Amino acid sequence: MSHRELDDMLGKGWRKPAFIKNPFLRWALLLGFFAYLVAAFKTIEVDWGRVYEGLDRGWAFVLAFTSPDFISRWSDIWSGLLESIVMTVAASVVGILISIPIGLGAARNIAPLPIYMICRGIVAISRALQEIIVAILLVAIFGFGPLAGFLTLSFATIGFLSKLLAEDIEAMDKVQAEAIKASGARWPQWINYGVQPQVMPRLVGLSMYRIDINFRESAILGLVGAGGIGATLNTAFDRYEYDTAAAILILIIGIVMALEYLSGIIRARVQ
Amino acid sequence: MPILERDDAQIWRRRTTGQSLVRWFGWLLGVAIFVYCWQLISKSTTWFFVWDAPRIANDIWTRATPPKWGYITQLGRPIWDTLNIATLGTIIALFLAVPVAFLAARNTTPSALFIRPIALLVIVSTRSINSLIWALLLIAIIGPGVFAGVIAIAIRSIGFCAKLLYEAIEEIDHTQVEAITATGASRWQVMAYGIVPQILPAFAGIAVFRWDINIRESTVLGLVGAGGIGLQLSASLNVLAWPQVSLILIVILVAVMISEWVSAKVRGAII
Repeated sequence: MSHRELDDMLGKGWRKPAFIKNPFLRWALLLGFFAYLVAAFKTIEVDWGRVYEGLDRGWAFVLAFTSPDFISRWSDIWSGLLESIVMTVAASVVGILISIPIGLGAARNIAPLPIYMICRGIVAISRALQEIIVAILLVAIFGFGPLAGFLTLSFATIGFLSKLLAEDIEAMDKVQAEAIKASGARWPQWINYGVQPQVMPRLVGLSMYRIDINFRESAILGLVGAGGIGATLNTAFDRYEYDTAAAILILIIGIVMALEYLSGIIRARVQ
Repeated sequence: MPILERDDAQIWRRRTTGQSLVRWFGWLLGVAIFVYCWQLISKSTTWFFVWDAPRIANDIWTRATPPKWGYITQLGRPIWDTLNIATLGTIIALFLAVPVAFLAARNTTPSALFIRPIALLVIVSTRSINSLIWALLLIAIIGPGVFAGVIAIAIRSIGFCAKLLYEAIEEIDHTQVEAITATGASRWQVMAYGIVPQILPAFAGIAVFRWDINIRESTVLGLVGAGGIGLQLSASLNVLAWPQVSLILIVILVAVMISEWVSAKVRGAII
């Protein structure tokens, strides 16, 4: 007796429940999605001949990863990398320092409404503008060099860290903060003993994560002239020096991996 | 508990003298590093430009306002391209990220010794390189255009999606998998009925979250020639057409806000 006959005898067989329950919505979404896909594919022009020609170069780049050239452009790589690291460190410190008061102000449960609105506004502006666009504007204003990159990264750090810090403060345990208040603490003491211990582990974790992001972002700021390793990398690509480019990419990946590992250790220790 | 004795009185201290000294030197080292970084930045900055910055900023502002609203008729196609880059890139990335995630998760990988490290390496290396750098590379390989942008976004998103997905897979409830296995299900059936239903909400959430990020990133890919509205931005910047630049920035801001709103709505509906 097959499954189908058994089902007929016993009644309706079990079926996996659908992910979207409403069948009309499900089919409409599916149809709309396929219609979009067709429309999208129609408007993308792919020059397959050019792609085919490029495959050789792509393969050359993959091969370059097996023999990266650290030596012949080492002084350029080193100065770019140092600039990236310097920008990352300075921007992370300044960004974190500024984002703590803004994060406090953007938490509805400890800030009065006017301050809350101002701080949320700053966070929204900082998050809506991407790093690279901010960098373009700041390079136009402050001139080429790492200062523009430093300001860009600080600005981006503020939006990221303040928002997450504020959300953490809003989700904190009120009882502890109230207990400190009941003992007659003034506002700074209340923040220091009632709020700070609760959000500190997460603040440290987020700061480490942001340092990681800042380094990754500092690698592209050079494309628009805001200092860092990006300019060196761009030059390497433009000159088709894939072995140098591979060396830079390996260095970036290595540093990001080291930072992630380090932040994992630190986060495990503070939590 | 460290206690300081002075004049026969005991005073409670939070740390011992040794601990305080270590912390003090830690802070000193941190400040020294920051000052050193700041000096390096300051050395490669032309301070004359910085003092001149308010005037320049004012100058750019007067040039950029009011935005050239008529130019918006030429932005329809670039916006459509940007949307396609983000959406198609996300879809391709999801297709590639699912197998990588299953290979990387500790409870589903076929071999923790050989295959898992390779999957983790794929995740780290695609994640730590920004999509702009992938775009630079792909433009050198397959030529400028929307296609390079799609592939760049796809590669960059693999690591991100796969990382979040494999963490979701590792956190699944094991009893459900055991129950399916106990019915005599094959390896694929266990996957389909034991694991996939548990990670499907996480998967949908990750997809929408990454799509939102990709909309942001694809708006600037054009700066290196990979299609989308960034092409118009870079063209306008090159000819110093500031009214067009300000209009493009407004359009990008609106696009980013809409995508964030959509992603928040969809994630709210799923969770």
